[in-house]
Amino acid sequence: MSNPQNSRYLLIEDVQQVFKTKKGPFVALKDINLSVKKGEFITLIGHSGCGKSTLLNLIAGLTMPTDGRLICAGREIAGPGPSRAVVFQNHSLLPWLSCYENVYLGVERVFAHEESKKQLGERTEAAMALVGLTHAQHKMPHEVSGGMKQRVGIARALAMEPQVLLLDEPFGALDALTRANLQDELMRIMAAKNSTAIMVTHDVDEAVLLSDRIVMMTNGPAAKIGEILSIELDRPRDRVAMANNQNYQDYRTAVIDFLYRKQGNPALKSA
Amino acid sequence: MLIDPKSLDTEMVDEHAERAALREREARRIALRDQIMSYLEPIAPFILGSFGFILFLLIWQAIHIGISEIPSPAFTFNAAVGLFSDPFYSNGPNDQGIGWNILSSLRRVALGFGFAAVIGIPAGFAIGRFKLFGAMTSPIINLLRPVSPLAWLPIGLLLFKAANPAAIWCIFICSIWPMVINTAVGVSKIPEDYTNIARVLNLSEWKVFTKILFPATLPYMLTGVRLSIGTAWLVIVAAEMLTGGVGIGFWLWDEWNNLKVENIIIAIFVIGIVGLLLEHCMITIAKRFSYE
Repeated sequence: MSNPQNSRYLLIEDVQQVFKTKKGPFVALKDINLSVKKGEFITLIGHSGCGKSTLLNLIAGLTMPTDGRLICAGREIAGPGPSRAVVFQNHSLLPWLSCYENVYLGVERVFAHEESKKQLGERTEAAMALVGLTHAQHKMPHEVSGGMKQRVGIARALAMEPQVLLLDEPFGALDALTRANLQDELMRIMAAKNSTAIMVTHDVDEAVLLSDRIVMMTNGPAAKIGEILSIELDRPRDRVAMANNQNYQDYRTAVIDFLYRKQGNPALKSA
Repeated sequence: MLIDPKSLDTEMVDEHAERAALREREARRIALRDQIMSYLEPIAPFILGSFGFILFLLIWQAIHIGISEIPSPAFTFNAAVGLFSDPFYSNGPNDQGIGWNILSSLRRVALGFGFAAVIGIPAGFAIGRFKLFGAMTSPIINLLRPVSPLAWLPIGLLLFKAANPAAIWCIFICSIWPMVINTAVGVSKIPEDYTNIARVLNLSEWKVFTKILFPATLPYMLTGVRLSIGTAWLVIVAAEMLTGGVGIGFWLWDEWNNLKVENIIIAIFVIGIVGLLLEHCMITIAKRFSYE
């Protein structure tokens, strides 16, 4: 990590995002500055409407900031691309392609110019195996459960071997058990690949368990980064052991304190 | 008033027994009714439909009694049996079997509709995909869409100098609008999720078309195709009445000139049945291509 490009792998500098609305300009994000190390796992946490997803879309390149700049691996982010793969909240699989074909579409895009069809197929199968879906890979998305669809979404993103993996509340729509399973799998995969990841969540336990750093955002409009919490827990982290770990509990309390005391739920305040 | 307590007692017992019997009968009645209903329910639409049809025939018969020029259902049916016993005879261009007439009309519809699909569907994609193109074409489409396709018939005659291609031209005009508009709406209604995938994967325009645009738009496109076929079949009858030649529309008009009213009624039924079959085919195809 001595290489400066590795310690400042993803840079967000003075980013501001303003949306034009019928009622005039709406400032979604203001003065966002963040530097992410290579291999780091970052979560963005905050109340609904605080601009977490807006920030993730900016990093993905799906939207452009009105002010400031975002730099990834020494190059300014000018648009979306497979080097910053996104796992979408609602899995976003194409319903007319099988699970395998959905993943293959991404693999083909990234590796087709340098690898044979056979190698592309092997990559796809490896990605399906990584998320434990080898048995269901030729099913159509509507034939598998919500958790399995989300796994395909993760497999598609991982198979592209992105420089940065972006996850937009990837487990938000899942039941607690499935969610825990997928979190464990994600931790295992991230450890094996040493990828950089940025994840949006509103789940405190998920944030503490998975992150190296938690970026806590203030309530919008004009949301900013409120606090950044470094999670110094040894990896691999075991969710059962964490329940009795005092440090884990302290981190958890710190996040809850920020979210519910310092930032108070805006929806509850106005009610 | 003196009442024997014993008799009162038996009276009450009788009343009990009677009530129980009543309840039992009621229960049996309900069970029987439910059983009959369970048999009837699946065939109820058929029974009601047949009842409606019989009612229709009775009204028809009544009209026949009142207005003798309208032939009776039985007479029309016999005429139809006669017609369909030899549907494919041919005594020159102006006297052909009803089968030939139907096939000629279908051929015109297929041609006009086919050309409309070849031009209309790609145009719909272009209009939906490129906002500039959509803004450019929408005033002219909105202006021309409500015009009866028959208004275009003289232009067709002028362009092609013949009746048959002019009729096909009318079909082309009336079929193209639903396909252009539905395809364009389908393209513009593609969920942002899918277009975001295309952007994140940075797919080539060809891949975007084959893997996302086309499959996502297909259900809308097929709706357009279904509407087009329906309108085309409506318009062909009118167009053939004006242009002549072999075809169910012309045949209908010819039978009016021959004053064979029963054949006019047969033609109305035939047009209806063919239209129904076309619609049914399109729905079957559309079902085949719906996802989830």
